[in-house]
Amino acid sequence: MAHLLTLMTGPQPEPAMWLPTAASSQAADVDGLFHFILYLCTFFFVLIMALMVYFVVKYRRKSATQKTSAVSGSHKLEIAWSVIPTLLLVVIFFWGFKGWMNLNVPPEDALEIRVLGKKWSWEFDYPYNGVSGAGELVVPVNQPVKLIMSSQDVIHSFYVPAFRIKRDVVPNRYSVLWFNPTKKGTFDVFCTEYCGTSHSQMLSRVKVVSRDDFKKWAETGGGMDGLSPVELGKKLFSSKGCVACHSITDDRMAKPGPALGKRFGKMEEMSTGEMVKVDENYVRESIRNSTAKIVKGYAPVMPPFPASSVSDRQLNALIDYIKSLK
Amino acid sequence: MSTTDTIENTGATHSHGSHGHGSYLTSSKGLLSWAFTLDHKRIGLMYLCSVVLFFIVAGVLALGVRLELMTPAGDTFSPDTYNKMFTLHGAIMIFLFIIPSIPASLGNIVLPLMLGAKDVAFPRLNLASFHIYVIGACFLLYSLLAGGIDTGWTFYTPYSSESGTAVVSALLGAFILGFSSILTGMNFMVTIHKLRAPGMSWTKMPLIMWSMYGTGLMQILATPVLAITLLLLVLERTYGIGIFTPSLGGDPVLFQHFFWFYSHPAVYIMILPAMGVISELITVHSQKNIFGYKAIAYSSLAIAVISFLVWGHHMFVSGQSEIASAVFSFLTFAVAVPTAIKVFSWVATLYRGSIVLNTPMLYTLAFLALFTIGGLTGLFLGTLATDVHLHDTYFVVAHFHYVMMGGTFIAFLGGLHHWWPKFTGKQYNEALGRFCAVMIFLGFNVTFFSQFMLGSQGMPRRYHAYDKVSADLLPTFEMWHRTSSIGSFILGSALFIVLFYLLHSLFRGKPAAKNPWGGKTLEWQTESPPITHNFATDPVCEHGPYDFDVIEGADDHHGQAADKRG
Ligand code: HEC
Ligand SMILES: [Cu+2]
Ligand SMILES: [Cu+2]
Repeated sequence: MAHLLTLMTGPQPEPAMWLPTAASSQAADVDGLFHFILYLCTFFFVLIMALMVYFVVKYRRKSATQKTSAVSGSHKLEIAWSVIPTLLLVVIFFWGFKGWMNLNVPPEDALEIRVLGKKWSWEFDYPYNGVSGAGELVVPVNQPVKLIMSSQDVIHSFYVPAFRIKRDVVPNRYSVLWFNPTKKGTFDVFCTEYCGTSHSQMLSRVKVVSRDDFKKWAETGGGMDGLSPVELGKKLFSSKGCVACHSITDDRMAKPGPALGKRFGKMEEMSTGEMVKVDENYVRESIRNSTAKIVKGYAPVMPPFPASSVSDRQLNALIDYIKSLK
Repeated sequence: MSTTDTIENTGATHSHGSHGHGSYLTSSKGLLSWAFTLDHKRIGLMYLCSVVLFFIVAGVLALGVRLELMTPAGDTFSPDTYNKMFTLHGAIMIFLFIIPSIPASLGNIVLPLMLGAKDVAFPRLNLASFHIYVIGACFLLYSLLAGGIDTGWTFYTPYSSESGTAVVSALLGAFILGFSSILTGMNFMVTIHKLRAPGMSWTKMPLIMWSMYGTGLMQILATPVLAITLLLLVLERTYGIGIFTPSLGGDPVLFQHFFWFYSHPAVYIMILPAMGVISELITVHSQKNIFGYKAIAYSSLAIAVISFLVWGHHMFVSGQSEIASAVFSFLTFAVAVPTAIKVFSWVATLYRGSIVLNTPMLYTLAFLALFTIGGLTGLFLGTLATDVHLHDTYFVVAHFHYVMMGGTFIAFLGGLHHWWPKFTGKQYNEALGRFCAVMIFLGFNVTFFSQFMLGSQGMPRRYHAYDKVSADLLPTFEMWHRTSSIGSFILGSALFIVLFYLLHSLFRGKPAAKNPWGGKTLEWQTESPPITHNFATDPVCEHGPYDFDVIEGADDHHGQAADKRG
């Protein structure tokens, strides 16, 4: 099949026209099928349109009394145009089914990574010490990876266009997705199940790196070691999903949470009317126990981040980072 | 059943007794004579005004969505406003426009006329259906005014059970609208069974009856499932009874099964009537017998039946079992066959016809092109491996707009222009009509073909902003989004011109002839506009609906206006 496939689809003329970069082992098969259906559809579309236009031109009414034919059908034709499409559809179905099995059966030696989807960020936990809660998915090239995914709140969907894979992430159950990255590079991750206000901000990246780079990355705690607190805070701010709700300038952009730029040290009005100074303790409380005080004009939608999700060291780093947003 | 029964059944219309022979538009006056009328034509007309009104509301929302997506940053509306806009666009278009569009408005007006009946079988139920529609619409409008709703028209749980927006009133609105739809469907089925003119056997019915019959069947069988589902969701939201929400012990995927068990057949509730309209238009405006009457008729029923078995193709990546997905994919291809048969038959109908490129015919040809694209792109989505990549991207958005808008809406416009002279008694400006048909076709393709490109490149749907995507994808996304938005403005402007010249024709239009297109079906034998009782003498069906060749010049109203135009 694979040979036939390359023969039929050839070197794809304009990959940029229809499909994005293909960077996983499954992508080739999916793309071959996509182009097969595309050519088939183009053929039938052109056929139907050509006939239609031809008839319209040829049989355009020329006089009011023009006689029309009494043809009311043709069994041969009707059988032909029922049977031929049926056969083609069966071919497409089986090809699609084959690709589907391939997308659904991860190899035994796959690297298992846990994915947590939550409004509105992705978190990745590796089976290594210390590499947890990463905001980007870093994987070695040519290594099958199996994602075991769950959601903390509503349904999300994990989608990597370059890998041609997608799977809903549903609360209270695990869903599994696998891929074998064949190209080094950085690829977009989108959430494709509508999940509320910042659905369009629920993005991440997959970084496909060489085996050596991956090893180094894993040994340095996912690249988090050796960072200054502000740098660490900056990374955490995006990996923990704070960016989806807070902008880091002082503009009053329409995000669900208050902008945090130039915020530290100012006085702030709470929903109760109380004025509070934005200092270390207030920020700490805002993160750990987010509903204790609600800023005036905002909904209490910020999830609390207990020590199990943001460690004390990470909390300090976040506070330092927010302080640094001048 | 003879026509005397008809008169008894619809005895209610006799309350206008003496007016029975004047135009239905002017036979009685005053707001109440419309609001409580039992005349199917008046009810149809009121439906028509309502669906057009809601189309405009939802269309303006769509333009807002396109405005936001012109540029990658989410800088025109806030994310919440945007989310409410696409939700309401979808919900209003589906529940208040498309589902009632052809059956309840055009169908109500022409179905009894085409059957040669005095009215539908149950005129009071017909009126009730309209009143229920208005009540349902009020609920939906209430949720628009009470701050909007942001769940997407699909109401997926658990998001919809926790969203802080006006979900309950919208759910109740959709629930109530379901009854209106059921009543119309049932009424039409009984009418088709019982009130056909003498001589009109099942295979002498115009083909639109077959599609209305299939539609009615689906409305009756599928809508209750949606009703129950929405009600369960209302219970969950108001009383915390765990059915769909995991935190209460429910199953969110169950909701999706229930929802699509209705909403997939609903796709055919929307498209089947359109197919019926096309069968009428293509024959009349090419003065040609339909090619393959039986194939078209039976494929309507086949579609109606199989469409109940394919709902799972919306859930290939939802976590339903792999085998279930494979079965659903297979059955989905099974629906493609009768659909293909229809398209081929329509094209073959043109062969050796006498084709006029007037406004209704232009819409018919546009339908054939757009619906074919819509149908063919469905293959990418019905195929398991490719759907994984395309699901919930703009590819799906483009696909269903080609089917729903390029199919149903274009057929609705075609039908509207086709029967406009009949039910208003006025002729619209033909030059403007053709001009707009062409503009709509072009604008539509610019708007929605771009979205195929977006989707196959990976652009997810329901995104308020796309400025954070990587540089690999951003330029492509930006280019096609901008193209799509520009197309939508062309489309929107053309539609406003249509509204303008149609309304204008009511006041300034030339009076229409009885049978301006030379149609052979019964509605063309009565006055334009028809008298309250439809026909002065009970019509008898003497020939098939498309016997253009058999009875040449014979009938006295053989399309004068159409001939001049040819
Ligand atoms: C779901 C959206 C959301 C996420 C995710 C989120 N926040 Fe918030 N945050 C809010 C909202 C809304 C408020 C204002 C209401 C309140 O006080 O709880 C807020 C308030 C705050 C405040 C107080 C701001 C002020 O002006 O008083 C701080 C500090 C803060 N968040 C930090 C964070 C950090 C750090 C993270 C990531 C670990 C984070 N937030 C994640 C929505 C969010
Ligand atoms: Cu999302
Ligand atoms: Cu479907």
